[in-house]
Amino acid sequence: MNENRWSTGESCVSWEDAEILYSESFRIVGDDFEHGGEAAAKIKAKLKQFGLDAAIIRRLSIANFEAEMNVIMYAREAEMQLQVLPNAVRVILSDRGQGIPDIEQALQEGYSTATPQMRQRGFGAGLGLPNIKRNTDEFEIVSTPGVGTTLRYTIHLQN
Amino acid sequence: MLMQELVDLLKCRVILGAEFMEGLEVTACFAADLMSDVLAFSRPGSLLITGLASIQSAHTADVADLSGILFVGGKTPAEPVIALVRNQRIPLLTTELSMFEACGRLYGSGLEPGGRS
Repeated sequence: MNENRWSTGESCVSWEDAEILYSESFRIVGDDFEHGGEAAAKIKAKLKQFGLDAAIIRRLSIANFEAEMNVIMYAREAEMQLQVLPNAVRVILSDRGQGIPDIEQALQEGYSTATPQMRQRGFGAGLGLPNIKRNTDEFEIVSTPGVGTTLRYTIHLQN
Repeated sequence: MLMQELVDLLKCRVILGAEFMEGLEVTACFAADLMSDVLAFSRPGSLLITGLASIQSAHTADVADLSGILFVGGKTPAEPVIALVRNQRIPLLTTELSMFEACGRLYGSGLEPGGRS
């Protein structure tokens, strides 16, 4: 199986052993446009309860919403896991789906394989992955075509 | 500009939020039908102007911390969209004016771009 991997740098590895203060998972179902955005909204509400900085919540929520819509548009199902660490918030999104054959290409603004139905929802313009990258401090994509994709992204918390 | 002045200027119908609109100010707007553009380039606190009446417009306003939603071209959202915005406690407006005319009137009245395009 050909696994494709891309990341913003080695720093993603540095969080492997971090203590997880809070963790919760949310299920996302492919093609379920009517509920597209609910996971991002639930995570945002949770982070507000925790009293995180509004700018950090906004950045993570934007990344989550784009990632969630990607699952709805391109995958069969996924689990979005929120992890709150002592110095960061992290999301791990594992989907079962078609995978990304060429990650570098998918990261280019404007590159899209979207259908008209996706565009009618205000997405599918080739801005999803670039928007996630723009709003996070660390971002890693591991994808196996025909099997699925795992995204991991992190935003650092200022102390 | 006061939200009430905006309602008068664009002859809006107020779908939600009339009860907390008194004294509410709008300083900037971001207009797009592409929600990824809103997520990428809008500033928090801007009014979203859009012709997209799907549930994703309501989630976008929530996620991007926008101050309200104005639907143009006479679009009226379905009940699930209204229910979602009701929880966000932001105004939901609709105008018969087109995107071009609504934006033109607001820009001409001194409202600022709520982000870059």
